[in-house]
Amino acid sequence: MKYYDKLIFDLSKEGRRGYSLPETGLTNHKMKEEVPSTLLRGSAPSLPQVSEVDVVRHYTNLSQMNFGVDTGFYPLGSCTMKYNPKINEEIASMPGFQEIHPLQPESTIQGIYSIYSEMEKMLSAITGMKYFTLNPCAGAHGELTGLMIMRSYHRNRGDFARTKVIVPDSAHGTNPASAAVCGLDVVVVKSNAEGLVDVDDLKPLLGPDLAGIMMTNPNTLGLFERDIKEIASLVHKAGGLLYYDGANMNPLMGVVRPGDMGFDIMHLNLHKTFSTPHGGGGPGSGPVGVAEFLKDCLPYPHVEEGEESNLLYAKGETPECAGMVSGHMGNFGIILRACAYILSIGRQHIGEVGYMATLNANYVKESLRDVYKLPIPSVCKHEFVFDGLINDGAREGKEGATTLDVAKRLLDFGFHAPTIYFPLLFHQALMIEPTETESKETLDAFIEVMHTIAAEAAEDSDILHAAPHNAPIGRPDDTTAAKHPIINYRDLKAEA
Amino acid sequence: MNQHIPHTKEDIQQMLDKIGMKSLQELYSDVPADFLYKGEFDLPNAKSEEEIRRFFKQMASQNTRLTPFVGQGWYDHYTPSSIVALTSRSEFLTAYTPYQPEISQGTLRYIFEYQSMICELTGLEVSNASMYDGPTAAAEAARMAITSARKKDTILISSTLLPQVKEVVKTYARYAGTSIVEIAEEEGETSLASLKEALSTHAVAGAIVPTTNCYGIIENHSGFADAVHAVKALLIEYCDPSTLAVLKTPAEWGADIAVGDGQSLGIPLCFGGPTLGFMACSKEHLRKLPGRIVGATTDKEGKRCFVLTLQAREQHIRRDKATSNICSNESLMALWVTIYLSIMGPEGMKEVNEKSYAGAHYLYDELLHTGKFEKAYDKPFLKEFVLRPSKDIDIASLRKKLEEAGIFAAREVRKELVTFCVTEKRSKEEIDNLINIIKEA
Repeated sequence: MKYYDKLIFDLSKEGRRGYSLPETGLTNHKMKEEVPSTLLRGSAPSLPQVSEVDVVRHYTNLSQMNFGVDTGFYPLGSCTMKYNPKINEEIASMPGFQEIHPLQPESTIQGIYSIYSEMEKMLSAITGMKYFTLNPCAGAHGELTGLMIMRSYHRNRGDFARTKVIVPDSAHGTNPASAAVCGLDVVVVKSNAEGLVDVDDLKPLLGPDLAGIMMTNPNTLGLFERDIKEIASLVHKAGGLLYYDGANMNPLMGVVRPGDMGFDIMHLNLHKTFSTPHGGGGPGSGPVGVAEFLKDCLPYPHVEEGEESNLLYAKGETPECAGMVSGHMGNFGIILRACAYILSIGRQHIGEVGYMATLNANYVKESLRDVYKLPIPSVCKHEFVFDGLINDGAREGKEGATTLDVAKRLLDFGFHAPTIYFPLLFHQALMIEPTETESKETLDAFIEVMHTIAAEAAEDSDILHAAPHNAPIGRPDDTTAAKHPIINYRDLKAEA
Repeated sequence: MNQHIPHTKEDIQQMLDKIGMKSLQELYSDVPADFLYKGEFDLPNAKSEEEIRRFFKQMASQNTRLTPFVGQGWYDHYTPSSIVALTSRSEFLTAYTPYQPEISQGTLRYIFEYQSMICELTGLEVSNASMYDGPTAAAEAARMAITSARKKDTILISSTLLPQVKEVVKTYARYAGTSIVEIAEEEGETSLASLKEALSTHAVAGAIVPTTNCYGIIENHSGFADAVHAVKALLIEYCDPSTLAVLKTPAEWGADIAVGDGQSLGIPLCFGGPTLGFMACSKEHLRKLPGRIVGATTDKEGKRCFVLTLQAREQHIRRDKATSNICSNESLMALWVTIYLSIMGPEGMKEVNEKSYAGAHYLYDELLHTGKFEKAYDKPFLKEFVLRPSKDIDIASLRKKLEEAGIFAAREVRKELVTFCVTEKRSKEEIDNLINIIKEA
């Protein structure tokens, strides 16, 4: 990767342009003459004035400072950076989908509704949840939608006292944040020494004010919550519901179904488990599945089979439903990609996903535990967490290498860094998730580099402190960025 | 093995040996046996690429693409081909959120450019790195107003907002315990008198009003900011960002927050998603803003670089005390509109609006000439408008006739009001064809 310093604004030259628009021959009406000037803006926005080739070279140069799954191995824990098959992109770009206005009459969009309906059935088969809404646009959006469904369920029963939701201390940060946005009070349940939800700590939290519990299983340490049956029974007995955070669904693909573990509501991240590209942080999709008794609480619109005609239709608002969570029916373009992925896996191969994801994670874990601290040694699922280096090279007058240092040094060797400093249970957390699409050769190369880095740290941690050495930039000054925010081009010019 | 899984039998054996296990089943020895799914998954047979293509072609053939003469939040503007080429680059497409800035300067730079362009369009000083879509951005803005105001529980929403915006705002508000009060309309736009009355009778934290509304009318918001600010509430403008290149900006109206849907900036209709929401605000509200923000800084050697900044607002640090649960969302779509705005530039954006305006007004005049429609309002509009069908025309059968001719138009927005929209993509021939069908109906 080479450093490239331009912003598109830097390339701007008065009078240059990159667009062409058709002549319509319609000139009778002129906005400037007809619309009162009080409704028009004072001066044109300072957008760049550039040619097409300027734009193409600029963004090509920017792309070359980026690392993606197609560039190399991306062992980012809890993010499931699996390979994104190219056929999915081809399908999503078909004009028969791209050019359809969302409000077109139902009779003209039966193909799209069929995809919603088929997708819902396939996700149900995979997860054991009875119904799905595909309307949420992201994982966190799915969490929020799931909690809205939970609250709607209690409200529909006339039970307004249930305002508390339990979240494990190892949970993804979005869980408590989603609960707060949904107007719920968050109560934290502790993990025990084995890294699992502490059932004894949970019991006193259960009561008539409990709306439900949010869990991910396997949890963020990659450990299967084997007491889930007891937890489900306790929570249900107390009148609460179980929410499953599907961020960690990958190791269960084709092996275990959340619906069978007692979960009532769950979300999936199509951009994790179902191979749609992350896009540098979206667009994703966060479908939410529910048990049969929660069907009425699903948000609207929801595709259903017509009772009289055989046309599919979108069911609208009802008094029981959770409301409307996005502008229409979510990120259809992403749903298409995930649908193509499931079809490519099919019933024959679905089981391979979970097993190979879990095999890969355990293989990396066992191959590195001689040099990285493994706080919880039991069998993991799709991911696991180290707590820093066993020998970080700390000695008189020299700081030891931290997890951040290891992460930055990995970049020098052509790997993306793992997730760092999460979960919060360990100070030097280094969370690794290889996914099933990586070969043994790739994992072996990663393992070798992780050993090299450990040896470097033991010998002279300065090499790590100063890393990365061959990325386009060195470590940025985050403190100044936050203290003195420069967040648009005008600010930047004013500084110069 | 499936084509996306590279393991050979030999690999699996060697890996099992390394971890000291005899079988793959042992990997799940910690899972209670009754949870292991024993049945066959009720899924279709695995399909090859060619079969997948065939399947989706078949699905697509069950849709009829209609030429859109309806907007209502989704506008059929032209997409420059360079966008498709550049956003398909896998360095952008297959990257994660830019957590490692040293190898993510591509993403971070385009988000910085995106923020800068949103600031240019809205006239406001601060933009986040995007939201899910326009309606959820409006809901987040309502939440931001409530947390900024403290102890006030009401958000006003104009009755002239698009229905999907109102519904999503109401949904979010219901769970947050926020009251939503609708501001009445007068002659097709938000009534200032009704706004003032609502401000004096409720504990208002913010008011959401559209710059161009569900009837396509360009609203006049003179006096809105003063009225809203007089009770220390926030003015939130919901806008179509494409039109902001020519219309009075949220900042010029005195708004504190601007939100809307970025779809009109060259994003294909794609049945409504993915698009992106945008959110901009004045500097004083910076630390209350939800979502990611990219800022400029330098590295150790003084090289200019970009990072995710002000993360102390966010859920992975603040958990339940965060400004929102939103984290990364529509990054690639932010790249999409950044490239769009670069290609179009100020001239192109002006031309898009002028051509849409000319086309829409031509259609408006001609439809009135047919005698089958009457004026509903006498207010300025840009690319979208409503008309009242004359008593003697059967609007449902007209719509059906249009549909048979491959046209989507005259959607009902309110009782007895139908909507039309013309963008620069509609040729005179297409517009004339629509007019002729209506004449003959």
